[in-house]
Amino acid sequence: MSVGSIVLVVVALAAVGYILGRRRALSTSTATATRLHSLPGYYGQTVALFVAVPALLLLMAWLFVQPVLIESRVNGMIPDSIIPEGGARSLVMADVRQIAAGLDAVLSQTELTEEALDDGRVDSSNVRKRLAEVGVALGGNVPAEVFEAAKAYRRSADIGNLAVTVAVLGVALTLGIWSLRSIHPKMRARNVSENFVKALLIGSSTIAILTTAGIVASLVFETINFFRMYPASEFFFSTVWNPQFRGGSELGILPLLWGTLYISLVALLVAVPIGLLIAIYLADYAGPSLRSFAKPAIEILAGIPTIVYGLFALITVGPFLRDWIAQPLGLGNSSSSVLTAGLVMGVMIIPFVSSLSDDIINAVPQAMRDGSYALGATQSETIRRVILPAALPGIVGAILLAASRAIGETMIVVLGAGAAAKLDLNPFEAMTTVTVKIVSQLTGDTEFASPETLVAFALGLTLFVLTLGLNVLALYVVRKYREQYE
Amino acid sequence: MNVLSDAAAEKALVKKMNEIDYKMIGQDVSVYYGDKRALFDVNLGVRNNTVTALIGPSGCGKSTFLRCLNRMNDTIQNARVTGRITLDGEDIHDPSIDVVELRARVGMVFQKPNPFPKSIYENVAYGPRIHGLAHSKADLDQIVESSLQRAGLWNEVKDRLNEAGTGLSGGQQQRLCIARAVAVSPEVILMDEPCSALDPIATARVEELIHELRTNYSIVIVTHSMQQAARVSQRTAMFHLGHLVEEDDTDKMFTNPNDQRTQDYIMGRFG
Repeated sequence: MSVGSIVLVVVALAAVGYILGRRRALSTSTATATRLHSLPGYYGQTVALFVAVPALLLLMAWLFVQPVLIESRVNGMIPDSIIPEGGARSLVMADVRQIAAGLDAVLSQTELTEEALDDGRVDSSNVRKRLAEVGVALGGNVPAEVFEAAKAYRRSADIGNLAVTVAVLGVALTLGIWSLRSIHPKMRARNVSENFVKALLIGSSTIAILTTAGIVASLVFETINFFRMYPASEFFFSTVWNPQFRGGSELGILPLLWGTLYISLVALLVAVPIGLLIAIYLADYAGPSLRSFAKPAIEILAGIPTIVYGLFALITVGPFLRDWIAQPLGLGNSSSSVLTAGLVMGVMIIPFVSSLSDDIINAVPQAMRDGSYALGATQSETIRRVILPAALPGIVGAILLAASRAIGETMIVVLGAGAAAKLDLNPFEAMTTVTVKIVSQLTGDTEFASPETLVAFALGLTLFVLTLGLNVLALYVVRKYREQYE
Repeated sequence: MNVLSDAAAEKALVKKMNEIDYKMIGQDVSVYYGDKRALFDVNLGVRNNTVTALIGPSGCGKSTFLRCLNRMNDTIQNARVTGRITLDGEDIHDPSIDVVELRARVGMVFQKPNPFPKSIYENVAYGPRIHGLAHSKADLDQIVESSLQRAGLWNEVKDRLNEAGTGLSGGQQQRLCIARAVAVSPEVILMDEPCSALDPIATARVEELIHELRTNYSIVIVTHSMQQAARVSQRTAMFHLGHLVEEDDTDKMFTNPNDQRTQDYIMGRFG
C-alpha cells in the first residue's frame, strides 16, 4: 500500500474510533448509572488519538529508516570493480534506484509479469531497451551486478512496504481496541486529550530547535572539513580573496566581512533615522485615517522582491551616483558601489524599523503621555524624553532585526555593489559581501571536496556567528536598560 | 418684572462672585465627545487655597470638567469644549494663552499612579528641566528635594533617588506623581481620584498631604468616596448626568443639601 493510502486508512480508523469511543462512553455511563468524568466527545477523541498518533509516528520513523537500511544492504552487492573511473559509488546507487523504478514501470505498463525478471525475458542485456519502451532513459549499458542490485533493491522495497503497512495498521488497530476497551465513566478523558495537546506543543518547539541544531551541525561539519584543507589563520586574517579552481587559492574572509559590514552600515544609516521618524510620526502625530492608509503603504516596501530593488540599484541609483557625485568629485567611475547597494538596501529595510517601532511606540501607555502633557511638556518633548526611552528596548530589537536582514541580503549586493572583493574605505568603490561569495562559490557544477567550495560553509558559519553575536548583544543591552528603568 | 428680577439676581451673583477669592471660574462650560454631549453648561468656581471636591456617580462628567481646567481634553480626538474658563481672570482658551504654560500653572495628578520609567530624581526633575526652572545642578537638586519633602516622600526615598520610580509601592508612586506636579510650582493642582488605586494607609497619607498642600495651592479633587470628600474638602460640587446639581460648603452639602439628588447620592441610594 502506498504511504498516502496508509495515512488515509489510519485517519479513517481514527474517525471510526472517535464515533465508537463516544458511543461506548455514553452506553457505559447509562449502563452503570454513573456520571461521565468528561464530555462524551473527549472519550471519542482519546480513542482517535490512540489510533492515529502512534501509528503515524511509526510510519514517519519507518520512512526515514527504511531507505538507509535498504541502501546499505544493496550497496554491498556492488563490487568496486564496476565503479567507473573518476565516478562515485553514489552515482552507481542512483542508477540502481532508477533501474528499480523503471522495472516497476515496465511491469505495470506492459504484459510482462514478475517471472519475466527471473526467466531472462528481462535481464541486464536488454533492460536498457525495455526501460526505453516505457520512457525511462538510461545513460549506458547495465552491468549484470547493477541489474542484480536493482532487483534486490526492488525486492527489499516491496518487503519493506508490506511490513510498514502491516506494522502501522496493526499498531493503529491494537491501540484503538485497547483504548476503546479501557473506556469507563471514571476515565479522565479530558486530561488524556490535554496531555496530547501538550505533547504536540512540545513537539513543535522541539522541531524548531532541532532544525537550528541541525543547520549549525551541518555547517560546523563542513567547516571542519574546510579547515583540514585550508589553514584557519589564513582564512580569518588574510586580506586577499582570490579563489582559483585549479588550486592555490587565497581565501581571506576580511575583504568580504568588511564589505558586508560597510554596506550594512550604510543601509542602517539610511533606514534607522528615516524609519524612526516615520514611526514617531505615525504613532503620535498622524490621525487615524492617515495612519490606516500610510502604514500599509510603507509596508509595501518590504514586500517588493529584492531582485527588483537590485534592478533599481543597477539601472537607476548606480549610474546616478556615478554621473552626479562620484565622477565630478573624482572618487571613482564604477556604477556599482557600496553606496548604491547601501542606499537601496536602506530603503528596503525602512519598513522593518518603522513598522515595528511604530507598534512599540504605540504600546507605551497613554498614561505616560498624559503625565508628561499635564506637566506642560510639548508633544516632541514628551516623545524625546518619555516615549522613546520607554520604547528603547523594543526599538533596539527592531533595529537589530533590520541589521540581520541587511547582513544576509544578497541580490541587491550582486546588482548594486558588484562582486569584487576589496578592502577599501571609498564608498564609491565596488565591493562585495559574504553572502554573494557563498552563492558564487557554490554556483555551477561543483563537488564538495575542494577548499574553494567548502569555504562557503566556513563563510556561512562566520555569518551565523556574527548575527548570533548581534542578537546576544541586543539582549544584553535591552536587559541592562530594563534593570535600570523598570 | 421677571426679566428685571433675573437681571437683579445675576447682578447680585456677579457681585457675590467678585467678593469671593476665585482662582478659576468656569462659565457655561459644555463638552462634546463627537456627537455626544458630556457636560451641560456648568458654572463652577475654584476658590483660592481651598480644596474643592467633585462628587457624583460614574459618568456624570466630573472628570471631564476637571480635564477642562488644564485643557487636557485637547489631547482627546473629537473632544470639543465650549464656554468660558478663566484662570486669574484670563480666558484659558484665549489664543494668547500657551496651553503648555497653562498646564505648568494648573498641574494634574491622575487616577492611576503614572511615574515615568525613569529614576525617582528624574521623575521629579522632569518638569523643572523642560521649563528651565533650574539654573544649575544645585538648583535642580534643591527643587527635587523640596518637592519630595512637600509630597511627604523625601524621608522614604532620599537614599535611593537614582532607583526606578516604577519600583516604589503604589502609594509612594502616587506621592511621587504629586511631587512631580508640585515641582513645576503650579497654582492649581487637579486630582482625578488620586486614591482609588491605593490601600487605606496610603490613602490616609495622601489625604494628609492634600490637607498640607492647601495652604499653597488651590486643589480640585474628583472622588468617589464620600468620606474622603468630607474629610479633605471645604467646598463640594455634585454632578449628575453632565449637569452640576449644586455646589456649596462641604459641611452644608453633607448635612443639609438643597437638592434631593445630592441627598440620595450621599446617603448611598444611587450611584
